[in-house]
Amino acid sequence: MNAREEILNRLRTALGPAPTAPRVPREYRVDDALDGPARIDLLVDRLVDYKAEVTRCRPDEVAASVATALAGVTRLVAPAETPESWLSAYPGKVVTDGPQPLSVAELDGAGAVLTGCAVAIAETGTIVLDGGPAQGRRALTLVPDHHVCVVTSDQVAGGVPAGLRRLTPTRPLTFISGPSATSDIELNRVEGVHGPRRLHVIVVEPG
Amino acid sequence: MRIALFLTCVNDLLYPDTGKAVVRLLERLGHEVDFPESQTCCGQMHANSGYRAEAVPLVRGFVDTFDRYDAVVAPSGSCVAMVRESYPRLVPAAAGVATRTYELSELLVDVLGVTDVGAVFPHRVTYHPTCHGLRMLRLGDKPLRLLRAVEGLDLVPLPGAEECCGFGGTFAMKNADVSTAMLADKCTAICDTGAEVIAAADNSCLAHIGGGLSRRGAPVRVMHYAEILGGES
Amino acid sequence: MTLPHGTGHLAGSRPFPAAAHVELGKPQLRANLHKATHTIRNKRARVVEELPDWEQLRLAGSAIKANVMARLPELLVEFEAAATAAGAVVHWARDAAEACEVVTRLVRETGTDEVVKVKSMATQEIELNQALERAGISATETDLAELIVQLADDEPSHILVPAIHYNRSQIRDIFTERMGDAPAGLTDEPRVLAEAARLHLRRKFLSSKVAISGANFAIAETGTLVVLESEGNGRMCLTLPETLISVVGVEKLLPSFSDLEVFLQLLPRSSTGERMNPYTSTWTGVTAGDGPQNVHIVLVDNGRSATLADEVGRQALHCIRCSACLNVCPVYERVGGHAYQSVYPGPIGAILSPQMTGIEANKTLPFASTLCGACYDVCPVRINIPEVLVHLRQAAVDSRRDKPSAERTAMKAMAWVMGDRRRYARALRAARRGTVPLERVLRRRTVRHLPWPMSAWTASRDAPLPAPESFRDWWRRTR
Ligand code: SF4
Repeated sequence: MNAREEILNRLRTALGPAPTAPRVPREYRVDDALDGPARIDLLVDRLVDYKAEVTRCRPDEVAASVATALAGVTRLVAPAETPESWLSAYPGKVVTDGPQPLSVAELDGAGAVLTGCAVAIAETGTIVLDGGPAQGRRALTLVPDHHVCVVTSDQVAGGVPAGLRRLTPTRPLTFISGPSATSDIELNRVEGVHGPRRLHVIVVEPG
Repeated sequence: MRIALFLTCVNDLLYPDTGKAVVRLLERLGHEVDFPESQTCCGQMHANSGYRAEAVPLVRGFVDTFDRYDAVVAPSGSCVAMVRESYPRLVPAAAGVATRTYELSELLVDVLGVTDVGAVFPHRVTYHPTCHGLRMLRLGDKPLRLLRAVEGLDLVPLPGAEECCGFGGTFAMKNADVSTAMLADKCTAICDTGAEVIAAADNSCLAHIGGGLSRRGAPVRVMHYAEILGGES
Repeated sequence: MTLPHGTGHLAGSRPFPAAAHVELGKPQLRANLHKATHTIRNKRARVVEELPDWEQLRLAGSAIKANVMARLPELLVEFEAAATAAGAVVHWARDAAEACEVVTRLVRETGTDEVVKVKSMATQEIELNQALERAGISATETDLAELIVQLADDEPSHILVPAIHYNRSQIRDIFTERMGDAPAGLTDEPRVLAEAARLHLRRKFLSSKVAISGANFAIAETGTLVVLESEGNGRMCLTLPETLISVVGVEKLLPSFSDLEVFLQLLPRSSTGERMNPYTSTWTGVTAGDGPQNVHIVLVDNGRSATLADEVGRQALHCIRCSACLNVCPVYERVGGHAYQSVYPGPIGAILSPQMTGIEANKTLPFASTLCGACYDVCPVRINIPEVLVHLRQAAVDSRRDKPSAERTAMKAMAWVMGDRRRYARALRAARRGTVPLERVLRRRTVRHLPWPMSAWTASRDAPLPAPESFRDWWRRTR
C-alpha cells in the first residue's frame, strides 16, 4: 500500500464507521457595524498603534501625499499598472516591474515601493494585497525597505470576516499589519526585521 | 431550608472546625443542617489520578447518601467541582444531585440570597481563589462579596491571586519540586500583602499553603473562609 | 489494523519530574520565563478583551476543528485534488523518517545543498534539519528565535518563541560569539539585535533557491496554504526561491477559505497578543510570474491517526499552536520547555506528545499538571486540556495494571476504607490515635518530617496532623 492509501486508511480506521461532524455555530460578528468614516478612523487608529505611518487625504491630494511620503527616495519601484495620478508629483526615478520582471537586486536597490491594495481591515489595522491592479507580484512589497500603500475608502472593511469575504481565495494573498516586527526577544514587539521596516499608508477619504 | 452538609474527607479528619463553622453559620441564618453519616469521600483523588474504577463506588456512595436532599453544601470548591463536572460522566445517575450540590458561597449568594451573614472579624485578610472554584465552578467574586460584608474585616488584594498555588492533589507529591516552586511564589505574594490571615475555599490547598508559610516561619494564619463567616461570636 | 505511533522529537529519556528538577535549578531561566510569560499573558488578555464576540469565535473555532477531524479523509482528498489542480505536487508521509526522506529527495532534485527555512513545528517534530545535514544539505533557520537557538546549538523551548528561555543580553552574547558577521560592539537593545539578524540573513534570502516551510492552515476547498508570521522571513522564504516545500500535518486542514475568518482572529490574539500578526501569506499551488514555480506539499501522519482514534484525546489535534496555554501554565512558567523533552511543551505537549508516541514513551507527562485549568480557559479552540490529562492518567495507570505498584495498593486500600462509613470512621479514629503521641512530643498540630512517601510533602511543607476529634465524632457527641 502506498503512503497515501495507508494514511487515508488509518484515518478511516481511527474515526470508526460513523463519525459525527458537529454543526458549526457562527454567531460571531460578520457585518460591518461601523459606517464608512468610523471605519476609516478605526483603521487609522490601529495602523498608528502598530507603528505604521499614516496620511489621510482627499482624492485630489493623492499625488502630493505620495510625493511627501517618498521624500528623499530617489528610486521607486512601482507595479506595471500604477495610476499615473498617484505618481505625477513624485520627482524621483520610477522603475516599473514589467513587462520584464525586475531582478531581486534591482528591488533591493530601490528606496521604496508604491502600491495599492485589495482590501483593508479596520479592526486589525491590516492591508491585504492580492496581486491585482497596482499591487504587482509579492516580491515587490517585500524586498524594498519602505512600502507606501494607497488605500481608498471603498476598500476598507470593518472586521476580519467582512474583509475576507471581499477576497478571492486562490489569489496569492499577503496580509500586512504594520511594518515587519518580532516578538522573539522577551516577548516584546520590536519593529523592523526582514520585511519593510517602514510602512506608510495613504488613506484616501471621499472628497 | 433543609441542607445536607457534605464535609469532605479532608475536613472530617483534619479540619473539623470548618465543618462546625458551616453548621453554625447556616443555623444562624435559620436553616436546618443535616450531616448524613454515610458520607465519606468524593473520589476526586482517585478519578484524577487514573483510578476511575476505584472512584466509581465512591460516586455511587455519594449519590445514595445525598440524592434525597434538596441542597447539598460542601466547604470545598474542588470537591464540588468533582461532583458537578465529573460525576455525571462517571455515573449517569449522579446527574441530578450534581446540579444540587453547591460550594458554600454559591449556596449563600445564589440559593439563599445573602451576602451579609452577620459575622465579625476584625483582621486584615487576603483571599486566594483556588483553581477549581475559580475556573470550574466560576465562583467569581462570591466569596469576596461575603468577606467584604464581614464587620471589621480588612480585605487586601492578593497579587497574582488567580495563579495556582501548586497543590494539585497528588501533583504535590509526584512533582514535589515544581509544586514547591509554585508554592514559594504564592507564599511570597501572601506575605507581601501584610495580611494576618490567608483565606480560601479549599482546606487542601490551604494545607499546602499553610505548610509552606509555617515552614518559612511566616506569621500568617490560614483559614477556610467559612470559619470567618461562621466564627463563634 | 493497528495505528502506528509517531517518531521524531516527541519524547525524551527522563521522567518529567527529574527533567523539571534540573530546569528548576536555573534561576536565570526562571527569571526569563517569568518575565516573558507574564508580558505575553497581559498582552493577550488586553486584545482578547477588545472583541465582544471572543467566546462565539472560540465556539466556532472548536466546532470547525471537530468537523475537520470527523471528515479528515475526505477533506485531505479534496485538498490534494485542489492543490494539484493549482500546480502543486502533493506527497504523503506515514512517519517522521518518510517525511524526511521525501523532503531530502526533493531538495536533492533541485541540485542545491542549501535551503532556507521558515519556522515550522512539523519540521522540528520530524527532525528534518538533522536529516538534511546527514544528506549534506545545510538548512538555515530564518525566524529570529529559531536562529538564536540554532546558533546556540540549543533546542527550542516554546512553540512560538523557541528562544523564550534567553534574555536580551544572553542573545547578544550568542550573536557575538557565534554569528560570523555580527557587527562589532553589538548592544543588547532588541532593535539592534533584530537589525543584526536582518543583515546576517539578507544575502541568504535574496539568493536561496529552495525554501522549506510548514503551514498554519491548509484549505481543503481551494488547496491553499496559509502561513502567519511577524518578521518577513516567512514572506522571503515563501516568495523569493524557485522551489518551496511545505511540510504539513494532516490535522492542519480547514474545510473552506471562509473558515479563516475565525482563525485569523483567534490565532494572532492568542499567540503574540496582537490584533493581527504583521504578515500572513496564502498561496494556492503555483502563480505564474509570482513566487516559487515548483511547489511541493508533504502531508504527514506521524502518530496523528493514532491520536485521532481516541475519542476523548483527539481534541488535541484541534490545536492551532498558538502557545497561549504555555504562557499561562504555572508549571511551564517554572520549568520551561526543555523539561517536556518534546517539540510540543507545556499543557498541549502534555496531552499531545503521549498520544502521538503512545503512553509508554511519555507516561509521566499527563501528571505534569495541577489541573488548574488556566490552559483550557485561554485555549482559542477550547481544547479541554485538564479533561484529556485525566483521561491519559487513566491510560498511564491502566498500561501498568499487571505490574506491582505501591501507589495502586494505597489507592485501592483508601477506596476500600472510604467505601464504607464504619470502616471509614474507624480509620479516622485510628489516624487520630496514631498521631496523638507525635502531637504530645511536638506540642503543635503540624509536623516537619514524615517518612517516605509523605517525605515528598514534608521536604518543603509542614504537614497538618489530625484534629483532636473528627467532625463526625463531634456531630455524634453533640447532636
Ligand atoms: S492547545 Fe490551545 S492554547 Fe495550547 S497551543 Fe494549542 S490552540 Fe493554543
